[in-house]
Amino acid sequence: MSEQIIERPVPADGPTAKAPEPDGKPERVASLWRDGWRDLRKRPMFLISGFVILCLLVLAIAPGLFTARSPFSDGFCDLQHSMDGPTSGHLFGYDVQGCDIYTRTVWGTRNSIIVGVVSTILTTALGGVIGMLAGLWGGWADSVISRVSEIFYALPILIGGLLIMSMVGSSNVWTVSFVLSILGWPQVYRIMRGEVIGNKYNDYVAAARALGASPMRIAFRHILPNTLAPIVVVSTMNLGVYIAAEASLSYLGIGVQSPAISWGLMISDAQDRWLTSPHALLFPAGALSLTVLAFIMLGDVVRDAFDPKLR
Amino acid sequence: MTIIEDAVPATRHTDDERTPLLEVRDLHVEFHTREGVAKAVNGVNYTVRAGETLAVLGESGSGKSVTAQAIMGILDMPPARIPKGEILFRGQDMLKMSGEERRKLRGARIAMIFQDALSSLNPVLTVGYQLGEMFRVHLGMSRKEAKAKAIELMDRVKIPAAAARVNDYPHQFSGGMRQRIMIAMALALEPDLIIADEPTTALDVTVQAQVMDLLAELQREFNMGLILITHDLGVVADVADKIAVMYAGRIVEQAPVHELYKRPAHPYTRGLLDSIPRLDQKGQELYAIKGLPPNLLRIPTGCAFNPRCPKAQDICREQVPDLMPVTERDGGELPGRASACHFWKETIHG
Repeated sequence: MSEQIIERPVPADGPTAKAPEPDGKPERVASLWRDGWRDLRKRPMFLISGFVILCLLVLAIAPGLFTARSPFSDGFCDLQHSMDGPTSGHLFGYDVQGCDIYTRTVWGTRNSIIVGVVSTILTTALGGVIGMLAGLWGGWADSVISRVSEIFYALPILIGGLLIMSMVGSSNVWTVSFVLSILGWPQVYRIMRGEVIGNKYNDYVAAARALGASPMRIAFRHILPNTLAPIVVVSTMNLGVYIAAEASLSYLGIGVQSPAISWGLMISDAQDRWLTSPHALLFPAGALSLTVLAFIMLGDVVRDAFDPKLR
Repeated sequence: MTIIEDAVPATRHTDDERTPLLEVRDLHVEFHTREGVAKAVNGVNYTVRAGETLAVLGESGSGKSVTAQAIMGILDMPPARIPKGEILFRGQDMLKMSGEERRKLRGARIAMIFQDALSSLNPVLTVGYQLGEMFRVHLGMSRKEAKAKAIELMDRVKIPAAAARVNDYPHQFSGGMRQRIMIAMALALEPDLIIADEPTTALDVTVQAQVMDLLAELQREFNMGLILITHDLGVVADVADKIAVMYAGRIVEQAPVHELYKRPAHPYTRGLLDSIPRLDQKGQELYAIKGLPPNLLRIPTGCAFNPRCPKAQDICREQVPDLMPVTERDGGELPGRASACHFWKETIHG
């Protein structure tokens, strides 16, 4: 979403590559975004986390490429193999129902990624729009919205999740994403509101007004692009946080429900027997940790690249 | 999102002898703050004709910039309020216009150049985009046409290699170049009136001169009215036709530029002129007006300058002096001159 808006100012017909600097200054490719991107590409952390995330996305979109079996087909689980350890052809072993853990772990990626992506999009959109409006309006409207956001902000994500999920009743990836978004938007809202307020008294906003720009144009073309960097950073990190939150909710039994596959659910099923058969816990937990780590690492490295103060 | 904005009126008015381009009448602006009402502008009158340059001179807090913002219609209201006054643009009171009508005037007929070009240009947009925005907002041009126009404008304000630099960002330009871009933006639609709020303050001295020359040249070319707001007497001398000196939200003296330098008719103006460093004073202590600018929440009674004035008498503490015409010792007229001092005679002739 952000990339599109950021690239707007560069006209499509013009070459984006810089012409030689007439005054002989060292060439410096323009703008926060391009600087940030250049910086990112050179960081090993970015390449590693980017690669892991790319793999996860492929796993989520096409799990069939990585496993011949489908966890939903008849005869997939065989109770005879309950809790059997890794064998050839079943590298991760079997769970308590005698289902192949490798296949389930691969298929479980999709739900985690869906929750992470949907929650992040919803919180960013919701928090971004409300934050923009509150920041622009100011006054009593801002006060009311801010107090409302604080009510949600005060609820810890797990306790709030417990509360709302038990009220909603049906639990699947979509309701989990919805609940996480309801609880998560104030974080983005706060950042957006702060950025808008910080930017709206800038001289260039006064200048744009003095040149006859309409309020809409000022909001979207002048203020918005200046607020996006911190929003992008927080949203990237949130992806990992929401994936972990979904696993936690499922682990507690109020998130995604069986027969749907979730790493949190798999961890929950495996925990009773983890001393005798650690493999049933290890593999889904490992997948979860790796995914969360990859997104947090990406967020971290993106922040370092975009925060001019850290340069 | 596409915004289709109305085109500016195509006809370019010629200056009518009887109605000046801009006339500010008895303008008052106040700010409502927690500590009370700050009276930033207290009855300012001035006129600007096409092709004329009015310099508005004053310290920080004298109300010169607030007056300009009121003319532009970019004051934040609230906290600002305009309790009284008229701002006539070609005889029409802009304070009575709708927000939309005023917005269409801004940029198209009246434009403003800001002090600090770096902070006045959006850091994340290319200069070409920001220049082109003028044409897209007001004339509804396409992106491509607007870009071509932007290059043309950059050429006009003498930015070298304009076509190569149109996609650069503000931070890639030097201070002088950035101010040229601001000037180009203000001139884009060939407005009738330009307000320049300390356009050279952020620049070093040699660049100051270049930028002022450019501004003066373009003003002549387009026969625009120019309001030059400054606290720098040196900048004013070469380009202005007349000067209005402001103090505590009022005009305290008005005069054609060279007369003001020769014979100030207000003790404040005299103080300002005396505090310019001169080469023949080397080694001597520099003159400074004693005291501090008045607190706008508590403007002194009578003449606002009285606590700092070497000539202050009892009347100055009691009665606000009106801006009155100044005459020669023998009563001969001095056109365009006025002073708001009870003792202007002593000041100018004494």
